[in-house]
Order: sequence, then C-alpha cells, then structure tokens
Amino acid sequence: MQQHDKLVMMANQIAKFFEAQGEVRAVPQIAKHIQDFWDPRMRRGILEHVASGGAGLDPLALAAIRKLHPAPQVSAHQA
Amino acid sequence: MTLVTEIDYGTPASKSEKTVTLTIDGVEVTVPEGTSIMRAAMEVGTKIPKLCATDSVEAFGSCRLCLVEIEGRAGTPASCTTPAMNGLVVHTQNSRLKQLRRGVMELYISDHPLDCLTCAANGDCELQDMAGAVGLRDVRYGYDGANHVFAKSKDGAANDAWMPKDETNPYFTYDPSKCIVCNRCVRACEEVQGTFALTIAGRGFESRVSPGMSEDFLDSECVSCGACVQACPTATLSEKSLIDIGQPEHSVVTTCAYCGVGCAFKAEMRGEEVVRMVPYKDGKANRGHSCVKGRFAWGYATHKERILKPMVRDKITDPWRETTWEEAIGRVVSEFKRIQYQFGREAVGGITSSRCTNEETFLVQKLIRAGFGVNNVDTCARVCHSPTGYGLRTAFGTSAGTQDFDSVEDSDVMLVIGANPTDAHPVFASRMKKRLRAGAKLIVVDPRRIDLVRSAHIEASHHLPLLPGTNVAVLTAMAHVIVTEGLVNEKFVRERCELDDFQEWAAFVSEERNSPEAVAKFTGVDPAELRAAARLYATGGNAAIYYGLGVTEHSQGSTTVMAIANLAMVTGNLGRRGVGVNPLRGQNNVQGACDMGSFPHELSGYRHISDDTTRTMFEEFWGAKLNPEPGLRIPNMLDAAVEGTFKGIYIQGEDILQSDPDTRHVSAGLAAMECVVVQDLFLNETANYAHVFLPGSTFLEKDGTFTNAERRIQLVRKVMTPLNGYADWEITQLLAHGFGLDWKYAHPSEIMDEIAALTPTFKNVSFKKIEEMGSVQWPCNDANPEGSPIMHATTFARGKGKFMLTEYVPTDERTGPRFPLLLTTGRILSQYNVGAQTRRTDNVMWHEEDRLEIHPHDAEQRGIKEGDWVRIQSRAGETALRALITDRVAPGVVYTTFHHPMTQANVITTDFSDWATNCPEYKVTAVQVGLSNGPTQYQEDYEAFAQASRRIAAVEAAE
Repeated sequence: MQQHDKLVMMANQIAKFFEAQGEVRAVPQIAKHIQDFWDPRMRRGILEHVASGGAGLDPLALAAIRKLHPAPQVSAHQA
Repeated sequence: MTLVTEIDYGTPASKSEKTVTLTIDGVEVTVPEGTSIMRAAMEVGTKIPKLCATDSVEAFGSCRLCLVEIEGRAGTPASCTTPAMNGLVVHTQNSRLKQLRRGVMELYISDHPLDCLTCAANGDCELQDMAGAVGLRDVRYGYDGANHVFAKSKDGAANDAWMPKDETNPYFTYDPSKCIVCNRCVRACEEVQGTFALTIAGRGFESRVSPGMSEDFLDSECVSCGACVQACPTATLSEKSLIDIGQPEHSVVTTCAYCGVGCAFKAEMRGEEVVRMVPYKDGKANRGHSCVKGRFAWGYATHKERILKPMVRDKITDPWRETTWEEAIGRVVSEFKRIQYQFGREAVGGITSSRCTNEETFLVQKLIRAGFGVNNVDTCARVCHSPTGYGLRTAFGTSAGTQDFDSVEDSDVMLVIGANPTDAHPVFASRMKKRLRAGAKLIVVDPRRIDLVRSAHIEASHHLPLLPGTNVAVLTAMAHVIVTEGLVNEKFVRERCELDDFQEWAAFVSEERNSPEAVAKFTGVDPAELRAAARLYATGGNAAIYYGLGVTEHSQGSTTVMAIANLAMVTGNLGRRGVGVNPLRGQNNVQGACDMGSFPHELSGYRHISDDTTRTMFEEFWGAKLNPEPGLRIPNMLDAAVEGTFKGIYIQGEDILQSDPDTRHVSAGLAAMECVVVQDLFLNETANYAHVFLPGSTFLEKDGTFTNAERRIQLVRKVMTPLNGYADWEITQLLAHGFGLDWKYAHPSEIMDEIAALTPTFKNVSFKKIEEMGSVQWPCNDANPEGSPIMHATTFARGKGKFMLTEYVPTDERTGPRFPLLLTTGRILSQYNVGAQTRRTDNVMWHEEDRLEIHPHDAEQRGIKEGDWVRIQSRAGETALRALITDRVAPGVVYTTFHHPMTQANVITTDFSDWATNCPEYKVTAVQVGLSNGPTQYQEDYEAFAQASRRIAAVEAAE
C-alpha cells in the first residue's frame, strides 16, 4: 500500500541519521523519535507493515520499530 | 488620542562610555564623548534650529542653520558637526546667530514655493517650522530670479532649472520644486537602507536629488523602503496616501504583520482611516527603519476582494452562500461532531496561523486539544523552520535564535547560509550591511549569487556556491578544517559542552572523507575557498551565523541546523554579543506560533505532550482531558485524508494549497475531506476546497502580540474596527462555545496571562510588562525578569552543549537524464509568501509574475531566450513560466519564486521532506526545462476551477 511506502521511507530517513552513532545507540533513539513524533495511526501503520514482512525497511529502522510501544487503538463513536 | 512623536536629537547617539560635561545656554549637561553639541543641547531640551540634520544619519553640516557660538573659539561652528567637549561654554541664541540664521532661511525660502496652505506637508514641515523658529518675516530677494520653483518665468519662457514631479513610485512622489538639497534622503538611502540609489547630481545651484543616473524613482535601483521619505524635512518626498488624505490626527504604535523581523510602526490615523505607516524609532527590532512591504503595502486591509461575511456551501462545486455567524459556526460544530462520531475522534484537526497573534494561535491549539480532544494541530513552521526547532533543541536545549538583532553591531564575521536577507528580511539586512560597510567580513553559502555577495559597498570575502542539497557536506567540511587545523576553541568546548560527544564528533569530522577536497566533487565548492571561509569563521573575531529556509527546507534540514550549532560551539561563538546562531524566521509570528504549542507533539514552551506533569497542569487549568499521544503533522494529515481517516480541518490564516509542496497531493487531501473550514482575509487557494469560510481580521483590527525572530514579544494594537465584525480570537472563541468550552476572554491580555501561567519561559510576560518595556524577549521569568536579549550566556538551556554527528546523506531527489537540472525556490523583496496580501497592493509593479531564473549556458542549450515561456517538469508535475536569463544561478541550477498562484511552483516540488520533522524539501527538485507556448493545461484548468470555486451566489431579493 502506498501509505506504507511513505512510512517506510520516513523510518529509513530517521535511521540514516542515527546510523552514524552505531547500532547500540541508534536503535533506541530511532524508536524514541518515532514514538515522540508519529501519531498512533502512523505507528500502527508501520507496525502492520512490519507484521506483514517489513519489506524495504532499513535493518536499524526495523529493529527500532520492534521496540515501539503498541499504539492505542482509537475507533469511531468515541467523540 | 494624540500623535506619538519621537524626539529628533539631530545626530546619532554616541556609544562611548566616557562622558564629557559642558554648558549650553547656562545649563550644565553631561553626555557620552563623541556626542554633538546639537544632540547635547537636545538632551536638555534645547532645540537648535536645523534642516540637514536628523538623528537617523550622520551629521553633514550643510544647511548652516544650527550655528552656535563657543566661548574662546572664533566663528560660528555648526553644532551638528562639532563634538561636545569638557568645559565648553556654548550659546545657541544671540543677535549675531539670529541674524545669520535668518539670512540662511531667507535664501532657502527665496527658492521655495509659498503654497503652504495647499501643501501635503502643511502641519508637518520642518522648513515651515524653521522659518517660524528664526522669525523670518520677509524675503528681500523676491522670487523672480533663477529658481527651481516655477515651470515658466513671468514672461512665459521655460525655466530649465525646473523639474516636473516624479510620480512613478506607486507610494510616494518626488517634487523637485520643493527640494532644499539638504541631502537627508541621499544619506538615508546610503546609511540607513544601504542601497545607494540616490545621489546629488550637479553642483552649486544645479544640485538636484537624483535617483540612479537621473532616472525615475521606479526605474532606478530604489527599493522603496521609505527611508528617504521619512528623512525629508519638506514635502519634496511625500507619501501619496498623505497627499490624498491629509495630516494624521493620532497615531498608535503597533507591529508589522509581514516578515519575522517584526518592525515597530506608528499607524498614523485620521479616525479609523490609516494615513500612513511610519517606522517607530524606538522599535528595538527595526530602530526606525522599514521596507516596502511594512511601510507601504497595507492597502490589502481594505481591498475590495476581502471577504467580510461568513459563507457556507454543501459541496466545493457549489457557489458560496453568504450567511450569519451563527449558521457558519453552527455548521462547523455540527459537521465536526458528525465526522468525529462517524470516523473517530482523531478524524479532525487544525492549523494555527503564523500571521495571527500569539493569543489567537494559543486559542486555536487549545480549541483543538481541549475542544476536539485531539493533538492534530500544526502550523506553517512545519514547512519552514521546524528543523530549527528540532536541531537547536537537540544541540542547545531550546528552539530559538540565540541573539537579538542589535548583536550584529558587534559581529566581525557573518556567515550567511541559505538566506537572502535583502529580499526576505530587508530591514535586518540593512543593519547587516551597515556593519559590513564598517568592516565586518562576510561569508555567503548559497547556490545563487544573492545581492549580499556583491552590492553597493558590500562584497563577500567568500561565496561558496554549493549545489542544492549539499549543505551538510559543506558545513561538516568547514568543521573538518577547524578541527584538523587546530582552530578549536578548546576552553569553550571544555567548559560548555559534553566532552564525550565532542571527541566523537571531532574524530568524525576529521575523517578524510569529510575534507573540503573530498566533498568538492558533489558539493561543487572550491576546496581552497571553503578552507579560507572556515578559517575566517574560526579566527576572524566575533562570528555570527544567520540562516534561512535554504538550510531547513531539505531532506537533511535538521542535520544542517545541528551542523550549524556544531560550528558555533567548536569556535565558542555563543553566549555574547556579536556571535550566535540566528535563524531568520519567515512570517511575522512564526516564532510565536511555535512557542504557543502549535506543533502536534508539544504544548506551549516546547514541552512534549507525553510529559505527565506538563499535561496534567494544562488539564487542570483547562478542565479537559488531553490526549498524551502526538498528533498528525500537516503532511501526515493530508496523507491520512487521502487514506480516508482524516475528514475535517479548521485552518486559520494559512494557504496550504499554494504554499505546501506537491500541490496535487495537497488538493487530493483537501478534496477527500468532508468539512474544510478556512478563516482568512481572502478566498485563498485553499478556500477553493472549503465548505465553510470564516472571514478573518487584519493586524490593524485587533490587539495581541507577535514574537519575532529574536524572540521579541511586541504589542499589536487595534486601530480600526474589524470590517468583518470580529477579531480572529473572537471567532475561535465562538467556535469553542459551540464545542461546549466555557471561554470568557474579554481581551487578548487575559489570554496572555493564561499563557504566562502555563509556560515557564513566559512566566513574567504580560501586556502591562510589554507596554512598560516596549517589548520583551523570552525567556522572561524570575531568572530573567527583564527578558533575555542573548541566550546561553553562561550555560546552555540543556546544561552542556551537545555535538551531534552530521553524516551527509544525499537526498533521493537526484538529477538524471530525464531531469538534469536542480530547481530551488526563494522570495523577492516586494512580495510576501503566497502573495495574498502583497499581490493586492501596488507592490505588483515590481514583481507582477514569477520568473524562472536560468543560466545562459543552460538556456542556450535549450534555445531559450529572455522572456520565453518555458515548461518545467519534475517527477511530481509540470508548470510553465517565463524565463529570466542570469548568471546569478550556476549552470545546472534554476530558481523561481512562488508568490503568484498561477505559477503553480508547488506542482513540481515533491513530497520529500526533512527526516526529523517532515519539513518539505522545497529547495531541491530535479527538473527538465524546455520551451513552451504558454501556460500548461493544468495551469489553465486550475485557473478555471479557481474562478468557479470563488463564485458567490447573489442574495435573493426580499419580497
């Protein structure tokens, strides 16, 4: 799905920045960045993508996404 | 109410700390050394008659009206050019001086028209005042001799010395017959504005003020800043609005609503009609200067296209229907509630306006968070300086520029990166140029040869014309030079920064692959020039970095901001006057909009929404539960809309369809929404997709505050009743009532009190405080009760400064056989942002269309000639513009502005964005350019669509 492609690209971009610091330091920072700046539906989207194989994801991004807290579910009729 | 008048001391203030004491007319006065006698006299209230002197420019000594006698000295020296000295005994008035002055005035008046009653300056003419002051009663020479006053002599013969009025400038006239050749305009153009457009042609009696080489004002280099008009003591240079309306009867100090410089102006009024906007001398951002936009381009406020009634429609293909506020507000409330019921709470959001006040912005995000119950709020900083927020927060701990504008007066080196201040921040550019003319050195890093690189009496020591998209590589290479050549400020780094991070960073930048020689092959920058620039920055004294959107609007925008912070830290250029890291912010209140919690992940004062202590404080104050999860940013909202999970948006004062990248994606997102609410002055491009239009108010119609690029909070004061009925904050409050929020703000000052109560960096800010101090720079709290002109003086906001590794990652947007050129975008002086305001003023005379700048080589290869229509294609889309052939851009690079909607520049920009903040990569798009016959089908279709969309149904006549 095209939407997932965009999320993959964004996650990979974030991973690329932190990559210079080495995997051990990079992974938690990538995870924190996504946790801090992505709204729950974006996090759900990338988690879905990982669940269905995680194609195209940078290994560091993939490792970081596996560390994400599950995003809260929001359904309709909650207003 | 009365006119706000500033004292004219005649000559500029001296900065000397040493004082001298003298006696003037029997009164002892102590002044800083270097003060003129004229200024010293004014300090004790003695106005020595003068014409050629005014305190915005250096003394000139030409009018000979300010003569004084000094005991023990021969003659009658001019008090403007004679410095005060210890023990001088000065007399400003005696029979000899009276006679001399009267003689001088008699000569002036013998060559000046006596049409005072019908003159535009009547009531505000220094020549008239001086004639009165010296007791001129008779002009013995008559008016028949040689003169500049009459077109014909009495016998009907043409008078060759007479020159007709020059009315070519849309905003002011030049009437040479009224000129006394005092040179104030010429000196203001040089010293204050720094354009050198004016000169005096001829000598003696033939001396005339001449724009350029005796050209018309409009055809000359004049940038219409108004400094000359303001300096003119007569009606020679007069605002057309003043000629049209007459002298103002009261004035109110307020803040300009154009760029992030935040100039203070006096709105000079007659009743509720603006006569003119005059820069306010005590404004600490502009120090009495202005540009063509703030000074003259305010006519949009009463433009006939302004929408004054709320409007609604069911479908965007319907014409608009004017309605009541009740119905329009009710529609928004019922639609948003329906959408939230049907698609979930998170299906709505909003955008705060960087053109509105802090108070208005704060209310919009409060409505979204507390009323809609979501954090889907963002602001236009997303597309401009969001990387500044992220980058500077990471390095220093807070998201703002480190200096005040006055700081530039102490800079020895200025490094300007990705900014074009003479066009985008003209009033600050004038202050930069003044300092550069006094000897400071300049380094420009920009793909384009901007005006600062070489203009009148200014020349950059180094211009690094890098290829768009390679900022990080160039700045890291500069750091490489500084570290490997031993130019590190070790004391600063050791005392002020995290050492482990520094050491890792120093090793990283020292790698050979980061050397100027190694990066040259993809940056295009001469390594020797880069090395010289790095050495100058590190060793040239106080070095300040000024940067703009050429830094932030890239895939690596946030990385570049960190690279800038690294450079400042490694050379110790932080924490005092003359240095620092200075983002030049785009819109008038974009700093404020960020400060006020407009970003989806943070509350006011840059505190993350997930922080329980902060969120709880807001929850208690607002009596509402807040969502602890970050919301959607603008591009994410559009993605979610296309995906079908985001259906309603409330947009205050922002035109995302024109200003945001990848227009097709933006329009697809807007078209997918079920309720788009636009609050603006005009039916902007975004309103083409709107279902509810709420007419907004201008900065002249409301009270509030704006925060400029130097964190300076200044008052905006209401000078007229909102033509649309409500100030924008009142409209948001009406909406809030609809969503069940019990807001009772009677005045914006109450909103600021709430902001101060909830935001530690604003703790001591109040309208009263700003009123007393004129303006205040945050942080303003118990630690900094008078505000903070310069930040991080002893420690960083985060404690120790943090060096970040800045690996260069090339953008995915690359040139290739299909798209061999790189398009970058920018602004022009006379227009502002999407042009909604400036296009509705006479500023269009300077820029009636956006053009594509292309290098002669690239043009020749494609058979393109000056003025030809050319098609620009990228992988996102295509548009057509007329070409402008210039070597300001390097071969391989093309450039355009985006002030006109028909340009559709953002049809070609892509959806690539900064890795940290999703700030779009406006500055790099791979394109192909070729000849075309005219606008593209898309442009023509869009024009037709926009026209159809703006239809307003005729109101049915009552029976």
